[in-house]
Order: sequence, then structure tokens, then C-alpha cells
Amino acid sequence: MSEIPAELRYAASHEWAKVEDGVATVGISDHAQDAMGDLVYVELPEVGQVVAAGDETGVVESVKAASDIYSPVSGEIVEINEALEDEPELVNNVPYEGGWLFKVQLTDEGELDNLLTADQYQAQIDSE
Amino acid sequence: MSETQLIFQLSHPGRSATSQAPKALAEDKLSAIPAHLRRKEKPGLPEVSEMQVVRHYTNLSAKNFAIDKQFYPLGSCTMKYNPRGANRAAMLPGFLNRHPLAPESHSQGFLSCMFELQNFLKEVTGMKGVSLAPMAGAQGEFAGVAMIRAYHDARGDDQRTEILIPNAAHGTNPATAVMCGYKVREVPVGPDGDVDLEALKAACGPQTAGLMMTNPSTCGVFERQIEDIAKAVHEAGGLLYYDGANLNAILGKVRPGDMGFDVIHMNLHKTFATPHGGGGPGAGPVGVSERLLPYLPTPMAGQRDDGSYHWIDTDTLDTSIGHLSAFMGNAGVLLRAYFYARSLGREGMIRVGEFSTLAANYLLKRLEAVGCTAAYPDRRASHEFILTFAKEAKELGVTAMDIAKRLLDYNQHAPTTYFPLLVPECFLIEPTETESKEALDEFVEAMAAILEEARNEPDRVKEAPFTQPVRRLDDVKAARELDLTWSE
Repeated sequence: MSEIPAELRYAASHEWAKVEDGVATVGISDHAQDAMGDLVYVELPEVGQVVAAGDETGVVESVKAASDIYSPVSGEIVEINEALEDEPELVNNVPYEGGWLFKVQLTDEGELDNLLTADQYQAQIDSE
Repeated sequence: MSETQLIFQLSHPGRSATSQAPKALAEDKLSAIPAHLRRKEKPGLPEVSEMQVVRHYTNLSAKNFAIDKQFYPLGSCTMKYNPRGANRAAMLPGFLNRHPLAPESHSQGFLSCMFELQNFLKEVTGMKGVSLAPMAGAQGEFAGVAMIRAYHDARGDDQRTEILIPNAAHGTNPATAVMCGYKVREVPVGPDGDVDLEALKAACGPQTAGLMMTNPSTCGVFERQIEDIAKAVHEAGGLLYYDGANLNAILGKVRPGDMGFDVIHMNLHKTFATPHGGGGPGAGPVGVSERLLPYLPTPMAGQRDDGSYHWIDTDTLDTSIGHLSAFMGNAGVLLRAYFYARSLGREGMIRVGEFSTLAANYLLKRLEAVGCTAAYPDRRASHEFILTFAKEAKELGVTAMDIAKRLLDYNQHAPTTYFPLLVPECFLIEPTETESKEALDEFVEAMAAILEEARNEPDRVKEAPFTQPVRRLDDVKAARELDLTWSE
């Protein structure tokens, strides 16, 4: 079974978000990395880019597929995980920690209510 | 397991293959090349005898999995047999020795073949004009969307910034739209494989430049609402692009021009049985409706009133999107397609569509009967179909990739795996019309045996292949640490 930490929020497109002091850290779920298989390349947005919830903000690529990443929240990209350039496998190994993708300075914390809770996300995976 | 040495590792100073050595260049020719452009050191070529070269490459070719040796059901790629006769005809000395800059009067035979090929393709697709200029499918797509752009630009209609693409489309479609400066808007496909028509209508608007779709789609089913889709896009002022990847299924049966498409590219290297794989060369002719005729890429073959043939180029068609290469398409590939079309004739074309569809549906039903799961069980397959091994992956830990690798041990080339992306753990299988019933039955038996193994001794499947020159390759390492050069 894939890990779904209770304290995070999830998008239906399999990204997670963790908010601290108005900044959301974003990554892809354990379920998503498992479905993709070993990643070989991660394309990230640029720092300073302003994004709306649902915008394409990157691509994760494995040997069998390439999949777009959508920002689960709106705001400005304030940091990207540069370690992924050399070690895309961090997303596979530690999806909720060292494998995070980017951080967004939120424009509206209320948007988090649109995201799924851990239980709701689990239910979505079970129905797939 | 046999390790193959590289040809460089066979090298011995002083050995040579005289028959393959380049002619020594006379000093006066050499001195014509400026000193700063001449290389300082000799190139690092292997020094081997002719016998070594012959044996080395013959042994390598014996390791190939190829349509000439095995069933090769790569979905979305139409790996059908390329008739030897078409090859022989294209190799006639008159064609081989023709220079692309030779005057038209010396190229009448070649030009007549190209003119007739344009007409065949027009007729079989129901389009109003065809250009053979694109060198490959990707270039055909580029030319097609470039024509859509030229059409809107010529009308001063510059607000059209979006191309709609169903998510069952070929991956090249969004890439082409972006290359031509458009934004891509994805349109969802419903659980039966048809486009979500309401979502499409909602996505259409004054910003719509066009829609790109493959029909039959990558889901292996024919889009049943195509007329409604064409109407919705046309009413919004957009044009319709047909990706010809799956033309094989409808050849001689339904024509993209009659479905309402404005532009189509055809992969002659798929549908018209010219060799492909290993990178080509391909041929991606484009066909257009009336309104895109002025923009066709050049050169094209034309016929004068006196019956003689000539090139049509930008001097007489100045609205053309122009040349796509130094000359026109891959001449040898176009000739093979011409002979293929000539030898099939009208009746033969219809049989291609019928038999490729019959083969796919026969194979699908038999595979379902031995326990495979169809992705769209309620739909009739077109020329290809999708199986999903999501259940096997979940319950037995045996993935589509494991089954694909195990097929090699049964002397069957694996189908396309993990494509389209919207079906988990999938195979996309396209048998084509050139396979016999016996070949299809052998594939079914192999799949039945593998499913049995997956249940009883899953490691046989998970660790396959066992009988190939190499075991399972580390494709992750190959992608992460790509290294294509050889050095001493």
C-alpha cells in the first residue's frame, strides 16, 4: 500500500501540498511515483513564475511515461528543488521529503479547502 | 549468453578492407580544401578485414527481432510486411541514378510516378490536394499545422491561439502544436473511448485555431461522433487536422475528407508498407481540403496540358508554406509507396482495411477467451486494440513490461507497452493484414502460456527474458546516464 500522510492535502492529479507560514511545498504522491516507475528526469518551473491552481508547472519523466505536473495552489514559485536535476530518484525514494518539487508563496490559503484530505485521496485511489 | 564485441575492439593496425576503402584523393583536389578546414589527425576508424566486417555485421543482424523473422504487433506503428516487389521496382537503375537537379525532361518517369501517387493519395483520403514534400510523419504534422496557421494569418484572424487535442491523441500532436506556436488544450475521452463531446463544445471558441485528432484513435476504436466534432470545430471557425497514424484501419472504407477534415498527414512508412523502424527514412505526405490548397508545401509534381510533367514550386505558388527540405521528400520511399499502391489497386486497398480490422478483432476475441482483459470490451476494435494487465500487476505483481519481456522467450515481438498513457499497464496490439491466422494463433498460445506462468511461477515472467542475447537491460540507468560515444 502506498503511503498517504494524514497532515498533507492532495490534488486529484496526484500532487501533494504542505503549507507552512503561507508557503506550500509541492510534490507528487507515493502512489504517483509508484505508478510512474523510476524517474529519469524532472522538469521544474522557474523561480518567480506566477501560477494559478491547475497550471502546468513541470514534467516528471520515467522510462515508460512522461506526465505533467499541475500546481495544486495559486501563487508565486519561490523555490525549486535543484537536487532533482542530478537525483530524480529522490522523488521515488522519499516523495514526501527530499523528493519535493517546488514551493509556492500562496495568494489565497482558502484554496487549500479545494484539495483532497488524505482520506478522500485514498478513496480516489481505491476507485481507480 | 554471448557478448558481442564492438567493431573497434576487433581492430588491428594494418588490416584493411580494400573494397570498402575510399578512393585516395588526388593532391590537387585536397589542396582545394583550405588548410584550416582539414583535420589534423586521422579519424579513429577500425582497421579490420573484409571478412571480419561481413561476419561482424551478419552476426549482429542475426540477433535482430524483425518483421522478417517474427510477428511484430507494435500498436500505433503499423509494422506490416514491406513487399519485396516494391523494393525491387524502386531500385531500378533509372530511379537510383537520377539526380535531383536533373532537368525535368530527364525526370519524366519519376515525375509521372509522383504525380500519380499524389492522385492516389487524394482519392484514398478524399482530400482536394496532396503534397509529398514532408520527409516524415513529424514533418507532415508540422506542415499541416503550419498550413492551418497560414490560413488564419491570411485572413487576419490572429486571435486563434489554441489547438484542441483529445487525450487519446498521439503524443506527437501536442508537440507539433507547440512547435507551430499554439497553446494546447486537452479534451477528455469518455470511458468508451469516444471524445467527450460536451467538453469539446465547451472548449471551442474564437481562440480555437483547430483540432488535431487520430481516428481511429490511440484507444483502438473509431470515433463515432466525428461528424458532430467536425461541426462544432468548424462552427467555432477552427480547422480539423487528421493524424494519419491509424489510416490502415479505414483504408478504402472511409475517407478523412468525407468526415470533414481540412488537413491530413499520411505515414507512407506505415500504411503504404515502406520500411521503417530504426529511424526511417519515412514519408509524411499532407492532403488538404479546398481552402488550404494555396498553402501546400512545395515542390509538387504537376502535369501540363500536353501531358508532360513538371515541378510546381514557390515561383508559381507564392502562398505555399515553402520547402521542407533541399528537394522533395524521400524519393526512394515515395517510389516504394507508389508501387505498393499500384500493385494493390482499388480492390486491394479495401482489402487492407478489411483484413487489418478482421485480424485485430480475431486476435482480441481469442485473447479475451484465454483470460486477457480488454480496455474497451464493449467496442469493436479497429486495426488495433488495448489490453490492460492492471489486475495481474495488482494481484500477482506481474506487470505489462514483465509479460512483454517474457514474450521474447516465446519468439514473439512485444506489442507497444504503456501507451496510450490513459490505460494502466497496457499493451497496444496491432497485428496488421499481412499476418496469417496461424501466426495470430501462435501469439494467443504464447500469451495463454505466460498468463499461466504468471499465476503459477511468476518469477519466470518477472525475470524474463532468458533466451535472448542479453537479459533484462537497465533502461533507467541508460536514460539517466546516456552514453552514446565510443572511446578508447
